[in-house]
Amino acid sequence: MTNVGVVGAGVMGTGVAQDLAHHGHTVVLVDNNPDALDEALARIELECRMSRMLGGPAIDAEAVLALITATTSLELLAETEVVIENITENWDLKSALYAQLDVVCKADTVFVANTSAIPITKLAALTSRPDKVMGVHFMNPVPMKAACEFIPGYHTSDQTKDVVRTLLDSIGKKSIPVNDAPGFVSNRVLMLTVNEAAFLVHEGVADAKTVDEVFRSCFGHPMGPLETADLIGVDTILHSVEVLYEQFNDSKYRPCPLLKKMTDAGLHGRKSGKGFYAYQSMG
Amino acid sequence: MSNDARTEIRSFITTKFPDVTFSDEEDIFALGFVNSLFAMELVMFIEKAFGTRIPNEELHLGNFRSVELMADLVRRQSAATVG
Repeated sequence: MTNVGVVGAGVMGTGVAQDLAHHGHTVVLVDNNPDALDEALARIELECRMSRMLGGPAIDAEAVLALITATTSLELLAETEVVIENITENWDLKSALYAQLDVVCKADTVFVANTSAIPITKLAALTSRPDKVMGVHFMNPVPMKAACEFIPGYHTSDQTKDVVRTLLDSIGKKSIPVNDAPGFVSNRVLMLTVNEAAFLVHEGVADAKTVDEVFRSCFGHPMGPLETADLIGVDTILHSVEVLYEQFNDSKYRPCPLLKKMTDAGLHGRKSGKGFYAYQSMG
Repeated sequence: MSNDARTEIRSFITTKFPDVTFSDEEDIFALGFVNSLFAMELVMFIEKAFGTRIPNEELHLGNFRSVELMADLVRRQSAATVG
């Protein structure tokens, strides 16, 4: 059992915390927004209750929640062995957080960046422990996905890789190693696909439902790119595309204006009740 | 109660899938237009709309396959609360 810190109680952080606790690890879940923490715990309880119905194992929601400490205080991460960071894909926010984590956590605590597109080596450089920083790109919904991208930074030590691989093994995740680069493999392709799908809607070539229908019916994908955008979060998609644009300085990563407008309007997808489609909200 | 529940549940589904026609008895999962993520929305909707908490033993797809089965579930929960 590992004592794990999870920073950021959004869609990904919540899924990571749930998966870790379900496999017996103790979790300190930190977010600066108490409402996000309440929502995360409610989401975890619902997902655990729903697990069997969705084809997973029966999960005791109370036992899972008992292993999770939800807090707004980073100081509670002091005793954690691994911290998994899942905050908004924004360089200013991340750079402030890593500096704080470096002070609050023990010298041998390993930092895992669950980032969508920011290079791991750049994040590691924010700390005094670049050998103990690496990336893991979890897939959404975390408890239902069997694999993740495993991304060492330039300075990541073999010991750090072992610690993280062992933790991932313990929650049933296959680690697929890829080298450090903006967007890694998955998001370099996926974010551009979603961005281009949004352009199709923006330009009136097809509505969201039709775009997704082409991917589902013609390619046999279980979900179309815009359903996927709603699942990931439209705001998260936008931030990831913006990061790719900043990192590569290549106009092929220019974000679709529709993604910007939807993000500004609060149409963030499933988590907000509306995105390219409408949903039943948690509230 | 059961008829009201049917109406409300049907209305919730048709709002999301306005182009699909289906009877109260039809298996909406077999029809292929709803997926497991929508099943979670159905649970949230029913718990919120009917002020109930569905017990774990009732949380299986068999109870959510059709409007009729969901209305039956709501009726059972309501009876359990009253009883």
